[in-house]
Amino acid sequence: MHILVCGGTGCSASGSREVIAQLNKELEAHNLTDFARVVVTGCFGFCERGPIVKIIPDNTFYTKVKPEDAKEIVEEHIIKGRKVQRLLYVAPDTNKSVSDSKHMEFYKKQVRIALRNCGFIDPENIDESIARDGYAALGKCLFEMTPQQVIEEIKKSGLRGRGGGGFPTGLKWEIASKSRVGEKKYVVCNADEGDPGAFMDRSLLEGDPHSILEAMAICGYCIGSDHGLIYIRAEYPLAIHRLQVAIKQAEEVGLLGQDILGSGFNFTIELRYGAGAFVCGEETALIHSMEGHRGEPTFKPPFPAQSGYLKQPTNVNNVETFANIPVIINKGADWFASIGSEKSKGTKVFALAGKINNVGLIEVPMGITLREIIYEIGGGIKGGKKFKAVQTGGPSGGCLTEKHLDTPVDYDTLIAAGSMMGSGGMIVMDEDDCMVSIAKFYLGFTVEESCGKCTPCRVGNKRLLEILTKITEGKGTMQDLDDLRNLATVIKDTALCGLGQTSPNPVLSTMSNFWDEYVEHVTEKKCRAGQCKALKQYIIDPALCKGCTACARACPVSAISGTVKNPHVIDQSKCIKCGTCYEKCKFGAISIK
Amino acid sequence: MANIKLTIDNKVVEVPQGTTILKAARQMGIEIPTLCNFELEGLALKNHPGGCRVCMVEVAGRRNLAPACVTECMPDMVVKTNSLRAINARRTVLELMLSDHPNDCLQCAKSGKCELQTLAARMGIREIPYKGEQSSYKIQVSPSIVRDMSKCIMCRRCESVCYEYQSVGAIGAVDRGFPAVVSTAFDRNLLDTSCVFCGQCVAVCPVGALTENDHTGRLIKDLNNPDKVTVVQVAPAVRVALGEEFGMEPGSIVTGKLAAALKALGFDYVFDTDWGADATIMEEGHELLDRLTKYLAGDKNVKIPLMTSCCPAWVNFYEKHYPHLSGYPSSAKSPQQMFGALAKTYFADKINTKREDMICVSVMPCIAKKYEVERDEFKTNGNPDVDYSISTRELARLIKLCNIDFDALEPVDFDSPLGESTGAAVIFGATGGVMEAAVRTAYAVLTDGKLPKIDFQEIRGLEGIREATVHVKDGLDLRLAIVYGLANARKMLEMIDKGECPYHAIEVMACPGGCIDGAGQPYHHGDASIVRARWEATYKADRDMPIRMSHENPSIQTTYKEFLGAPLSEKAHHLLHTHYFDKKTKIESVK
Repeated sequence: MHILVCGGTGCSASGSREVIAQLNKELEAHNLTDFARVVVTGCFGFCERGPIVKIIPDNTFYTKVKPEDAKEIVEEHIIKGRKVQRLLYVAPDTNKSVSDSKHMEFYKKQVRIALRNCGFIDPENIDESIARDGYAALGKCLFEMTPQQVIEEIKKSGLRGRGGGGFPTGLKWEIASKSRVGEKKYVVCNADEGDPGAFMDRSLLEGDPHSILEAMAICGYCIGSDHGLIYIRAEYPLAIHRLQVAIKQAEEVGLLGQDILGSGFNFTIELRYGAGAFVCGEETALIHSMEGHRGEPTFKPPFPAQSGYLKQPTNVNNVETFANIPVIINKGADWFASIGSEKSKGTKVFALAGKINNVGLIEVPMGITLREIIYEIGGGIKGGKKFKAVQTGGPSGGCLTEKHLDTPVDYDTLIAAGSMMGSGGMIVMDEDDCMVSIAKFYLGFTVEESCGKCTPCRVGNKRLLEILTKITEGKGTMQDLDDLRNLATVIKDTALCGLGQTSPNPVLSTMSNFWDEYVEHVTEKKCRAGQCKALKQYIIDPALCKGCTACARACPVSAISGTVKNPHVIDQSKCIKCGTCYEKCKFGAISIK
Repeated sequence: MANIKLTIDNKVVEVPQGTTILKAARQMGIEIPTLCNFELEGLALKNHPGGCRVCMVEVAGRRNLAPACVTECMPDMVVKTNSLRAINARRTVLELMLSDHPNDCLQCAKSGKCELQTLAARMGIREIPYKGEQSSYKIQVSPSIVRDMSKCIMCRRCESVCYEYQSVGAIGAVDRGFPAVVSTAFDRNLLDTSCVFCGQCVAVCPVGALTENDHTGRLIKDLNNPDKVTVVQVAPAVRVALGEEFGMEPGSIVTGKLAAALKALGFDYVFDTDWGADATIMEEGHELLDRLTKYLAGDKNVKIPLMTSCCPAWVNFYEKHYPHLSGYPSSAKSPQQMFGALAKTYFADKINTKREDMICVSVMPCIAKKYEVERDEFKTNGNPDVDYSISTRELARLIKLCNIDFDALEPVDFDSPLGESTGAAVIFGATGGVMEAAVRTAYAVLTDGKLPKIDFQEIRGLEGIREATVHVKDGLDLRLAIVYGLANARKMLEMIDKGECPYHAIEVMACPGGCIDGAGQPYHHGDASIVRARWEATYKADRDMPIRMSHENPSIQTTYKEFLGAPLSEKAHHLLHTHYFDKKTKIESVK
């Protein structure tokens, strides 16, 4: 028997390491180490319910496992074959426990291609990867296909870049393969995942590093490169560790390095660490950073395929893009192209987060609707609140609303709806979210992460943020809304790189979808979600106030005046909206406006 | 390369493939505004980051606007430079830039010469709708350069010049987003960085963020002090550029007016650095002959090539970057310092003045000279040989301040004796000039005075690296290299370091084309024709001189006879030669 325990960052943070230790201890105590084995795997995706433990072969799926549960799991399940009922997932709609992930709503609509091995294998053991077809595609390419045939296969599959741009991968490889033939070329894996709340690439690298290495080698074979580089953020220590282990193991068995499988093809991979600058996800900035220069984008052309790392032809792909390559080679382009929508083939991994019941990592076929993702996979809005918006594409994307819920998710429809695919962040908002504040939040991120090279992004985004701040503080005017729209449009039109060109999207999309909220903030000085602190007013209803003085005594800034047994009054000019009075009042006399 | 046709503002134009929209439009007389874009064509100085975004134009079929400065023309492209969308975008970008720029044009050192100010006027900016936080940085002062980064617009010209053209890399962009700014490492004073004070960052800065350390106030005080004897020397390149400040054509030679203006300002003695340049040739030329003789005799210890040492930024460069090679440059002081050393000894004795009572000022095309005068080794008991140095621009400001009508001045001669000079000294102002002057004298000495020619065309030019072989006599071909730009100088030093240098002598100047485009000269704003005009004027001034070889300067001959003895004599060594320091170790140890 195998006890799979998630060793991804999410579950590790919820204590899976202690669970693993305790399970091992219990197995030893019961002399079961020959019979059952604890396998530390990559992410299962259902991070909300971590740590996750899965028992193979019966596929029992335990959630929120604590170290003290190890004893019961071993004694009951492993020894006696009885499932530990209290650790099973309980479906919120039926209130019945579900023992097998296959029957959980969270997994039902998912199609796991990129994530195929995450949660199934021990990422630190190359044999487990090989047992699930790891490096079979590389072997097939090296011995049965020419580079051009591989490129044709990728082109036929319709795979598009998963980093956000959606550029056809096969075409990218073809351009790189034809560029400066015979010269030194590089294959770069962009693992500089930076969208707030997104962790697709991290989970992939932690859960299945070999598929990325394999795909990079295939890419090297296609474009004529013997050197791969993975640009990964230094904040991903576990992913870095797993990659280091994987590279070493692959080199030891001859799947990387010189003369791979006796084919005469050489390919080595090294890691480069990023310092966590969001803009380094942009390929030219990434290349400059790898060269030891300031991580800032430069004008294209020249494209990396013409002049990239160290001025040599370079092909840059995102982690998730690479993760799809071996499967396409193994199962064929036609199979891959049969999944997804007309112009977006295959699947997409999303990091589902926000006000949603099932927070986690999901992989869904392109063309699935937002409604299916949010209400079926995601299990609906937390606390039964009303859905308000969903943000896709991270800080570069836009907020989509109720009317977009039946939009099929693919590259083109999302752009048409005013957002974008991005790298896969998906954040759900409910009625308690203020859309002006949301726009401000994302812009705050871009302002922080702008490299500062071009004026519109360096100064323009800062000014956008200042106007938004003014609005959320109740000082906005209708002129500000005009300026906001003009400025956002100009920034989109004039910024140098993808970061700047998309940074106004959250502003523009919330302005077009939630215009009323903007106007309310400006004309009525009102935030309907109650999120804008400065717009809140705490008011004492004189009819309900008993004059107990509790509020006045608790107020930290002495904003409340009144005499005993007489109604009190809050001086709005002094009030700091801390809400202490509201909590102290026993008579419900204080309301928030 | 094939030509392509495209349409700009409804007119068809044909340009070679690879031409940018900016250049294609310029060819048609359409001037698209730019700020960060900068190129001193043919003189190696350039900056094309495509970062400021004030040159945005509309290209049909393109999702967003295109930066004209870096977007290449494509066949059948349809470009609109004056559509509402493009104009609104350019204006908004400029407003954004201005929203983070101090509104202090009236007291800004760059007022009237500022490219941002000019652009704001041209675009008709009447208000800045976007108000908010403004970047604020402490003003940093070094002997040559004042950095007021609150005014920086992040065009990065200074960074490109420092890193690419000079290979110095003392300044670069730091921080990100709104606080991004060009700075030194850890915001250190330039003195504690690899900066060589060439000042080319100042020469290319479009705004008032980088300016020279101004000494005009100090000079007015000294000129009005009856207890001081004021002596001024003027560098060769000043006379071919100063006229520009008074509306004259670039390349106007204003030597006589310049001397008249200095007299009108009230200097007691108006002398010429050219006299110091002739002295430099006497010393440096003889040092070359000395080293060469030993080298040809098989001496393995002698340092060949001899490198020139007139350029103070170049001196700083090898002290800060290649101290282990500082045996190659000549030990001769620069003309400015030779002049100062002799002014405060030889000349001070002549007029019975104590050095403490003499104020020796230099007018230079250069701002590295401001650093050079402050060197401790150029002081006697704390009193500097040259008290301070002002730039061509500062002199122009002073002339205007003192109500002198430059145009109406009657030309006069420099005073005697430190004002007499030769054509060989004038060409010190252009790249190759020092080498040519040295060759004229060396040639004359080596061939016993039989000089078949005086113009060495093979040494002249405006390419960054030039090689020349001068046949002196049978068995002696002088192999020479002339470079400007410290990245080129670095190539020479690397060659020497590897023992692969084929030259006998190398001239190095830090600035494009030599001192004529020094950082103290009138701003050229990227117009290379101005630099070329100064270059041509320099050689014309040489041709117009009656004496064209340094060793034939009668005043210099007298000085040796009366005071110094012979070139390389003990006294000459004491007064006219210097030594170099390892400043690399010093900078690296700054905490």
